[in-house]
Amino acid sequence: MLRLILKRLGLMIVMLLGLAVITFTIANVAPGDPARLAAGPDASQEMVEQVRAERGFDKPVPVRFFIYLGQLARGDLGTSVYTGREVARDIAQFLPATLELVLFSITIAVVFGIPLGVLAAVWQNKAGDHGIRLLAVSGAALPMFWLGLMLQWYLALELDLFPLGGRLGVFDDVPPKITGMITIDALLDGDPGTAFTALWHMVLPALALSLPALAAIIRVNRAEMLEVLGRDYVTNARAQGIGPFRIIAAYALKNAILPTLAMIGLRFGWMLGGTVLVEGVFDFPGVGLYAAKAAVSSDFEPIMAVTLILGAAFMVTNLLIDLAYALLDPRVRNQI
Amino acid sequence: MSTATAQAAETAAPRQMRFRETRRLVRTYSRSFSSMVGLVIVLIFLFIAAFGPLLAPYPEDAYGAVDFGAKLLPPSAEHWFGTDQVGLDIFSRVLIGARTTLQIGLTVTGIAILIGVPLGLIAGMAGGWVAETIMRITDIFLSIPGLILAIAIVGALGPGIGNAMLALSLVWWPGYVRLVQAKTLSQRNETYVDAARALGAGPLRVVFVHVLPNCLSPIIVKASMDMGLAILGAASLGFLGLGAQPPYPEWGAMISTGRAYLPDWWWCSLFPGLAIYFTVLGFNLLGDGLRDVLDPRQR
Repeated sequence: MLRLILKRLGLMIVMLLGLAVITFTIANVAPGDPARLAAGPDASQEMVEQVRAERGFDKPVPVRFFIYLGQLARGDLGTSVYTGREVARDIAQFLPATLELVLFSITIAVVFGIPLGVLAAVWQNKAGDHGIRLLAVSGAALPMFWLGLMLQWYLALELDLFPLGGRLGVFDDVPPKITGMITIDALLDGDPGTAFTALWHMVLPALALSLPALAAIIRVNRAEMLEVLGRDYVTNARAQGIGPFRIIAAYALKNAILPTLAMIGLRFGWMLGGTVLVEGVFDFPGVGLYAAKAAVSSDFEPIMAVTLILGAAFMVTNLLIDLAYALLDPRVRNQI
Repeated sequence: MSTATAQAAETAAPRQMRFRETRRLVRTYSRSFSSMVGLVIVLIFLFIAAFGPLLAPYPEDAYGAVDFGAKLLPPSAEHWFGTDQVGLDIFSRVLIGARTTLQIGLTVTGIAILIGVPLGLIAGMAGGWVAETIMRITDIFLSIPGLILAIAIVGALGPGIGNAMLALSLVWWPGYVRLVQAKTLSQRNETYVDAARALGAGPLRVVFVHVLPNCLSPIIVKASMDMGLAILGAASLGFLGLGAQPPYPEWGAMISTGRAYLPDWWWCSLFPGLAIYFTVLGFNLLGDGLRDVLDPRQR
């Protein structure tokens, strides 16, 4: 197990380097003068030259790449042209909100997706199965930004059931910052009311964000369950008179869950990407909204930094999922 | 029996077999209700994409005509989907937008196949450090959420529909490398490939005559699925203001513009979204159906 972890960590470092190469390449094929971009549209020629020297834009490309790596190693992600703020600080401020939203969304997707997948398999080709499959194919086809808008329009504006957006209401007190995730901070602060308000604010964006993942989990879990339910040991368990609930929970689901787990890891990364679409709709102050704003104004360093950070977050998730896989499935563990 | 008839019989037999095989595939495909729904949706979509400007009641509304007298009218017999903030008929714009959507889907999927399939074949056939390099690069690309990478690329190149398509294509190819490489690896050592080699077939002949045709089914299935996903991706970029720019009739951009007119003028964003949903649904169901027929083990 330790060898597996070390091997995967080593691979991840190589992948992170590759990721840095990609963001660096994108930043450098951009048309226009990077120094002028970094100095801002109102800068004088002198200021542009000063920035060029400061940030090393006058040096050859390989040298610049190592300067870039050095900056990354020091945690320097550059500066936003428009706000003049350090990108690293911005991301540190916005990332907890996004993680909170994505964790909540993935929880929704798992909590509903796995039972629905199981039910669809048990009810194969009956009305319930058709209904669940319709949900699954629709979830994969709905544009999540549009779904978010429609939920906001109907449930928040028309029926007034949910807040329009944001993380908390204007008059709610923000709990003291510990993790940056408001629900957790509020609970640590002994304030379940605020935690609930924060959760309530996340319901609509999380629904929009989780539907594609929910769809994928249903599909995979249904297919796996169907396969497992046809295996001999399940038939055997049935013949022994074990109840249907126990067969599903203790025999079938345990074996069907592994591919679903891999799917959850993959979907986590997609959700991180999806926040760029959904956070804007609900004015939810996370890295997604930050990246979307930066992209529209061609504010370069924030976009590259978000790409790096979310890519790294995705890699870490995949690592964790792989390790969980190895823990749960001895065959995978022994392969390595 | 003369040699000519013998030859004719020889060529007729495989042709008949192929015909029978096709008929079997068609029958299997049409037995599934959801696959047929997918096929019908895709056919309607293709029809609209081909004849949209002729079908649209107000074709001039697609490219920025302005009619403030008719702005923000609710859906009616005259304007089925209502009109937008400058009085443009949304039904016409949705119909004409289908062509843009088809163009985007075909371009993105096409470029991704053109980059991904050759790389996958090379990685699968060559092995060694060449394959290792290709696969590691592929892995790195796959490790970044695609939408984020596409946004970064558009951010670098500047917003616009051409750049959005380019960005999506650059994000899309790694999936094909993975698919084709895995398939090639499994085909490379099949007996029939060994037999072809033993008969003196060169590496190019092995790749193009023997290996590639056997990779076609999964590629077709993935391409059909990717049409839907690419359409979603392009609409997402359009929504963020990074793809097609209004008043260009692109569904994502239309939703983005309509957003400012919720809740009172809901039709501005409802109908383009429905159009995206049904189109993507159609391609997904088509892909599912094709997979069940062409590649049943890949479930």
